[in-house]
Amino acid sequence: MASLAALVQGGGQAATEGGHFEPFFPGLVVLLPLLGFLANGYLALQHARASADAVRGGSELDLGDAASRPATHTLPTWIGPGVMAVAFLITLVNFTRMLGAHLEEPVVIHYWTWIATGTFTVDAALQLDQLSMIMMMVITGVGTLIHVFSVGYMKEDPGYPRYFAYLNLFVFFMLVLVMGSSYALMFVGWEGVGLCSYLLIGYWFSDREKADAGKKAFIVNRIGDVGFLIAMFLLFKNFGSVDFVPVFHDAETLVYGGGLVTAITLFFFVGAIGKSAQMPLYVWLPDAMAGPTPVSALIHAATMVTAGVYLVARSSVLFALAPLSSAVVAGIGVLTALFAATIALKQNDIKKVLAYSTVSQLGYMFVGVGVGAYAAGVFHLMTHAFFKALLFMGSGAVIHSMHEAYHATHNHEDPQDMRNMGGLKAFMPITWVTMWIATLAIAGIWPFAGFFSKDEIIWYAGAWAGAENAPYPGLYTVYWILALAAAMLTAFYMTRMMVMTFHGANRTGDEESKHLHEAPAVMWVPLAILAVLSIFGGWINVPEALQSGWAGLGGVLPMSEWLHHWLEPITAQAHHVQEVNLGQYSYYAPFGGGEAMWAAISTVAAAIVVALSIRIVGGRTVVAVKDDTTELTGFAKVLYNKYYVDELYDRIIVQPIVRASRFCWKVIDAGIIDGAVNAVGWVSKGTGWVVSMFQTGTVNTYAFILTVGVLFVLGASLF
Amino acid sequence: MITEALVLSAILFVIGTFGVLVRRNAIIMFLCIELQLNAVNLSFVAFSRMFGIEGQIFVFFVMTVAAAEAAVGLAIIISIFRHYETVNVDSFNLLKW
Amino acid sequence: MTALLDSIGYAQWALHALIWLPVLGIGLVLWAEEERAKTVAFWWSMFVFVLSLGLWWAFDPASGAMQMETTAPWIPSWGVNYSLGIDGISLFMVLLTTFSTSIAILGSFNYIKTRERAFYALMLLLEAAVVGVFVATDVFLFYVFFELTLVPMYFIVGIWGGERRIYAAIKFFLYTAFGSLLMLVGILFLFWKAKTFMGMPTFAYEDFLLVPLTGTEQIWLFIAFALAFSVKVPVFPLHTWLPDAHVEAPTPGSVILAAVLLKMGTYGFLRFLLPFFPLASQHPTVVTTMLVLAVIGILYTAWVAAVQPDAKKLVAYTSVAHMGFVVLGVFALNVNGLQGGLVVMISHGISTGALFLLLGMLYERRHTRTIADFGGIARVAPWFATAFLITALASIGLPGTSGFVGEFLALMGAFESHPTLAFIATLGVIFAAYYMLPMVQTVFFNKLETDENRKIEDLNGREMAILAPLCALMIIIGWNPTPVLERMEPSVRTVIERVEQAGARAAALDGLSTPVEGGVRADATDAPSDGDDETTTDLNDGSAPAVADGDE
Repeated sequence: MASLAALVQGGGQAATEGGHFEPFFPGLVVLLPLLGFLANGYLALQHARASADAVRGGSELDLGDAASRPATHTLPTWIGPGVMAVAFLITLVNFTRMLGAHLEEPVVIHYWTWIATGTFTVDAALQLDQLSMIMMMVITGVGTLIHVFSVGYMKEDPGYPRYFAYLNLFVFFMLVLVMGSSYALMFVGWEGVGLCSYLLIGYWFSDREKADAGKKAFIVNRIGDVGFLIAMFLLFKNFGSVDFVPVFHDAETLVYGGGLVTAITLFFFVGAIGKSAQMPLYVWLPDAMAGPTPVSALIHAATMVTAGVYLVARSSVLFALAPLSSAVVAGIGVLTALFAATIALKQNDIKKVLAYSTVSQLGYMFVGVGVGAYAAGVFHLMTHAFFKALLFMGSGAVIHSMHEAYHATHNHEDPQDMRNMGGLKAFMPITWVTMWIATLAIAGIWPFAGFFSKDEIIWYAGAWAGAENAPYPGLYTVYWILALAAAMLTAFYMTRMMVMTFHGANRTGDEESKHLHEAPAVMWVPLAILAVLSIFGGWINVPEALQSGWAGLGGVLPMSEWLHHWLEPITAQAHHVQEVNLGQYSYYAPFGGGEAMWAAISTVAAAIVVALSIRIVGGRTVVAVKDDTTELTGFAKVLYNKYYVDELYDRIIVQPIVRASRFCWKVIDAGIIDGAVNAVGWVSKGTGWVVSMFQTGTVNTYAFILTVGVLFVLGASLF
Repeated sequence: MITEALVLSAILFVIGTFGVLVRRNAIIMFLCIELQLNAVNLSFVAFSRMFGIEGQIFVFFVMTVAAAEAAVGLAIIISIFRHYETVNVDSFNLLKW
Repeated sequence: MTALLDSIGYAQWALHALIWLPVLGIGLVLWAEEERAKTVAFWWSMFVFVLSLGLWWAFDPASGAMQMETTAPWIPSWGVNYSLGIDGISLFMVLLTTFSTSIAILGSFNYIKTRERAFYALMLLLEAAVVGVFVATDVFLFYVFFELTLVPMYFIVGIWGGERRIYAAIKFFLYTAFGSLLMLVGILFLFWKAKTFMGMPTFAYEDFLLVPLTGTEQIWLFIAFALAFSVKVPVFPLHTWLPDAHVEAPTPGSVILAAVLLKMGTYGFLRFLLPFFPLASQHPTVVTTMLVLAVIGILYTAWVAAVQPDAKKLVAYTSVAHMGFVVLGVFALNVNGLQGGLVVMISHGISTGALFLLLGMLYERRHTRTIADFGGIARVAPWFATAFLITALASIGLPGTSGFVGEFLALMGAFESHPTLAFIATLGVIFAAYYMLPMVQTVFFNKLETDENRKIEDLNGREMAILAPLCALMIIIGWNPTPVLERMEPSVRTVIERVEQAGARAAALDGLSTPVEGGVRADATDAPSDGDDETTTDLNDGSAPAVADGDE
């Protein structure tokens, strides 16, 4: 009860710790999605009961037309997005309050003691600081838009209330992840979002492939979670706590570059690799596209998959103390960025392109946090949330339209295959425009959001290579070049996707194309809002070097490095460690030239690639899937088949484990161990059988043996 | 005196034992067992002349037990005969398991 | 609440009542009419459960000693007493027992169709025996109850079981009897030692604690006791009776078996093994052996579970994996590990019990347990699927459920003392998903194809009443385990302190200059051996071959 009271009051002691910052019901931000989940979950179960009765009767539940649907189906429309909107508003109030305050120390609001064994204590407590605030804004803000979009997208789905229940539960766990005041609580959110991801990927669970995809995501994520757990154990063993505040307070007692801090950070990064779909554990994310498209937007683009970046940014001081780990983070990041980008070049499924694009962009974020530019990583996380959510929802609008077209004509073509699209701009102008904005943003074209965030990451990679005592300067130079190359690939495959989807002739089919239509307002309004954010979202963090130059329109863009300064209390410790050990960043890229020059080069190059891509892809004749007979050869085939990584994993990991499992069961368990046990039984039985031969059942034999025995005993006693 | 009695007792006992071992008729085996018991009785009585009255008391016990045994044993043999129509012990091995 | 309990003198009679009321219930059940037996049994067990709840308040959480102790002479010439008591370790085991007995009885209403009176009488007998195991503070009395549990379980499996029930029942009986006979020898040895030492015959737990034992004696006795308890737990490779017993047992039998009978093994570790033989328990070879067996148990059974075609057998194997986490926590020999192990015991009791109940309900509907026969059940039985999913997630240790708290603490404790083994054990987290999710998917997801599956009914009221408290407990313990943990902590500390003090004393007696840290003498194998002196508790003496024997 006490904790409930504290929850509503927003935590009394917070004010004294946080100076001027007065939290405004932060507990409600977490609680509301949970309540939404419970309400929607109950409705979903009631709804499912009705549907189950119909199924048992041999039919399907008839949803009827929109007006006459049962409350179990209509109420979630208000509950789902409603709780999100309120949560967003509360977050907004907190955000504005934090803007006004100069918060140096995080505000920790304690609710109850979660686990206390006597030597280990962890509280159920929320931590409010600049980093968690940014994350909360992204999660509740973009989350609300996606919830609203879902109302339109999922309207006709029989599992509508269940969908919103899962979605709300996801937001709850995601908020626990970013607001938890300890690694343990973060882990609760960490696995919780994994669960929701599992449930939502396998949302259409009657389809075996989709259920499989959910399972794969969960299991692959759990591989990463082991790393997270081990890192926590190491932290506990050395700090006696897994709370952020004490751990970071004592962090600098660790030896710079020492084995321990390297181990801790590498294990944490294993967790991040799993959750954020980096090499070699990225394989679950493309399959995760089996879920409903808004889910891909929310979970597999904007929020959950960025949790790994949040983890590294949160542990910035630990990573700053471990240059080797940082190099690994950046290396994995840049390799993933490039690798996924190449796969995206040859994909035909619109969502698969976006999925690989997400993997690739997440790689960029890891490059950012791996070169010590934690603010830049978070910045890209934020802008990516805007434009990638927009791209996914845009693709959702396209798929929705395509699906209805095929549904109306009883055609069983794939509504997600871009070869079946083309020329959609005529049918869906708003989607077309907003998606182009997002594409330009992700391609890094000035002045869209992605330009500022991506450029900063690439720049820091180059600048790190030139730092005074840079640990691996040659390596970072390579990273920088690869990052630039991946940026060009991004521009290419995104433009290819746009051209194949929206431009050229329509390939949907003559009859079908009559049913293509623009998305309803409930779907395109969120798109428009995100489009605005994709344009202006980058302006909050214009680099100083660019602000007065061309990129800042000679100082017109006012918020110079705002995010950088905002996150200063979080990253200060890490930057201090870096400055002590590495010295200043270089002001020049590896081959000369300052930030402004390279920013200009990269945006011009990206623009050229976009133009080239329009020419190349637009010049090709694309044919609809049913007419497509092209046999891919050589490297294109390898790319189309995603480098055969899934097949490779299946052969070297999955199959051996399954075979070993069977071996353990059939040979070791049933054969050797149980065989030995049964052998003991058989030996006893056999002995009994042999002995029982003496028992003939004839009285005479017994009498004879008896007499012989008596004579024997008598004889023995006499002689 | 005592020696003759004991020799007679021993002869009777051996005859009884021999009878139990070689005869197949249940009734005869039964009679042979009685013969053994009575051989023992004889030695008891003989010894009681030397050591006192206890030997004769034992004889009464043995006779009582023998009577009870005869009753139960004959009843079993009769019911076996009713069932199998033979009292040849080779034809039944019911004591197995 | 405490005042109310005091006013009725609860502490004086509660433990007696918890043993003898079920026995009284046997009479009631046998006296009742056949068709009313289950109702009588259920309400009687509920009555016992409600009565046992008083322990929660009557128990003093600040103390680590035995509480509510009562004693009466039983066989005075041997020094055997009927003495009972509970501490923070047994408190939860008793509550778990009374709770799961009620749940299991309610869960068997539809499953048990023949000889109902006998069945419910045996269930109540089992309850009395298991409660007796957990509250006995006289080693002889403990042994009597420990063996008594075999009898009702033997009949429950043997009479109401599946096709191979006789094989399973006999295997169960012989396997466990084999272990406990070794323990009996150990107990008798301790008895003679205690008699010499105390100057009078005694079987009291407290007296046995005082018996001085040399390192070699401890090792041998440790092996005898450990084998008995390891069969019960079961520790790899002594586990093969469990899948057979579980598969053949009727649902309530499986529930009780998983929820409480297995716990008697790990309870024995905590109650007897560590305190009686502290030197052996912290001998590096012994600890490593037990931990390695626990780790093998976790990973190996997870693999074996993953390829089982029979859902019940799958869950049975996962029990071995879960109990591996308990053993891991116990032999971490620190506060986190032991508390983690205890929470896993509770959590496993709840979640695996619930899984067996759910599979039983599925079996009642469909008369098969083969996973491949199902598919798409979630569409016709949404509440069922929800309950199953929650339970499965608790079973694989998802944060926010009881399973996580236990596994997390057990692994953390193990990591403190043995990082490498704990690291390998943590991989079990992956394989938990590897065995559980495919089963959940095949049964509840995928396409609803066959007509038999289409006809499956959702949960009815009785079944919801069974599952709701179980699911609620999983989540409540997951989010707020502190009330549980704080009651265990003093008792757990008592165990650990005893182990550590004995280690420190032994080191002092050895005259070694090496200080002992954390109670574990890593250097014990290098210590010079002076086997002539009886007072020196030298661990080196004959311990290595002894342990090697114990491995088999």
